[in-house]
Amino acid sequence: MQNELKVVSNATCTFCGCVCDDIELTVEGNHITKAKNACVLGKAWFLNHEAGEGPIARIRGKEATVEEAVEEAARILVDAKFPIIYGLSDTTCEAQRVTVAIADWVGASIDTTTSVCHGPSGMAFQGVGEITCSLGEVRNRADLVIFWGSNPAESHPRHWGRYSTMPKGLFVPNGRKDRTVVLVDVRRTKSAPAADIFLQIKPRKDFEVLWMLRALVKGLTINEADLIDTGVTLEQLQNLVDRMKACKFGVLFFGMGLSMTRGKHLNVEAALALARDLNAFTRFYANPMRGHGNVTGADNVVSWQTGYPFGVNLGRGYPRFNPGEFTTTDTLARKEADAAMIIASDPMGNFSQAAREHLASIPYIALDTKETSTTRAAAVAFTTATYGINVPGTVYRMDDVPIPLRPAFESPYPSDEKILRALEKKVLHLLQAKLQASN
Amino acid sequence: MNESKFSKEYLEETGVVQICPEDMTRLGLTAGDLVCIRSEQRSIEIPCVAAKEKELPSGLLFMAYGDWSSRLMGSDTHGTGMPNSKGTDVYLSKVCAIKKD
Repeated sequence: MQNELKVVSNATCTFCGCVCDDIELTVEGNHITKAKNACVLGKAWFLNHEAGEGPIARIRGKEATVEEAVEEAARILVDAKFPIIYGLSDTTCEAQRVTVAIADWVGASIDTTTSVCHGPSGMAFQGVGEITCSLGEVRNRADLVIFWGSNPAESHPRHWGRYSTMPKGLFVPNGRKDRTVVLVDVRRTKSAPAADIFLQIKPRKDFEVLWMLRALVKGLTINEADLIDTGVTLEQLQNLVDRMKACKFGVLFFGMGLSMTRGKHLNVEAALALARDLNAFTRFYANPMRGHGNVTGADNVVSWQTGYPFGVNLGRGYPRFNPGEFTTTDTLARKEADAAMIIASDPMGNFSQAAREHLASIPYIALDTKETSTTRAAAVAFTTATYGINVPGTVYRMDDVPIPLRPAFESPYPSDEKILRALEKKVLHLLQAKLQASN
Repeated sequence: MNESKFSKEYLEETGVVQICPEDMTRLGLTAGDLVCIRSEQRSIEIPCVAAKEKELPSGLLFMAYGDWSSRLMGSDTHGTGMPNSKGTDVYLSKVCAIKKD
């Protein structure tokens, strides 16, 4: 049985937000030997997958039973005055749903990795509105495709081939020949040679250039002097505006070049407002390029459970949303949180130093498929199975389309959902005991 | 990244700063030289390499997002939850050249 050969059709790759669900996996025992249709990142994701080593559960670095670790994790969360829960972008929607329930029981702040990727985009959606379409519509209709602050050739390799620039669609029967592709970035990345037009703007000038484009779309007069220090000329912008107004179906995909740079949500608001304005002339959309395999699912699940996508505090028994107040970088750097649970992410590896130092000083629980800086310093650490490869469930593609997972083989480790369900049960038990003791 | 964040490949990819070839020449740097990068928050010492021709304009550095780049970030999120993670002002200076065999 160990070396049984099987083929999994229409498997889903959860490495990036494209969530390609047309992968054909050849599985020999506990190894994936072929991943047909996968891109270079997807192949690395599937073919290099190792089940992992070491115990399922550890308490302060020492091996423990799952029951002991769950009990200790529950105690940490229930005893905390300001617990925070963070991560969730690389796990299933089913696990995310249980996590929100735990946050609700213990009155935690719940936040996802969205807050340090497209969180500002979420704020901009609330301010301007989301002018969106599915990737299927892009594939079949888009004749002008703009990537702004994004490098799909390296970060989302199949986005171009499967959805946005190469495929032949209903209204773009000649595929790439029927499309104009524009790239706007501060760096001439590997995506640049594949674009028809490349605009290399100066760092931190995204807002200014987007606002100038809005003005030109509205027919206002712009002088060359207004564009000083932006890196682009009036002729370049007017050319782009003419193309945007003349296209039949345009889409602007924006990456973290907008949301991570000074201006953040204002940069994205400018992009969304531009897309909105263009709908006076043609069909035009603006969609974020999402990174992790189910970060979009995290936004969706937290939204339909609490009403808000990230940075939600449940400490008063009802949800409050306030980026900057309840987002994880802030609650850690300000030393407000006194306990944490980190699921499928690595803040000890990529947060600001102040946030890392505080996280290291409080008891926290970590769930991850691999050892990271975060699992190493956790009070309680669980090694879990990999979603998509070992675990079934649901994920959301970057355009908010839910996709089912078809795993290749079972893992010796439990799923995030299984650990979290046990944790929720134990949290409830401890809360009931606490209530009885206080009566 | 999916194999291990402690793998040699991941650490090498995130533990280096890319500089445009013209700036490398102007500063007398060769691949592997340690440079000191100082942001408003703190400074780090990290090896440098030349970026691909024309990929970076003069004065712009590139680091893959990870442990080292995040050390240069501040924790102020300006009410968004997101620290400034790109487009950060830094000063760069040469630390020392690595001895070559």
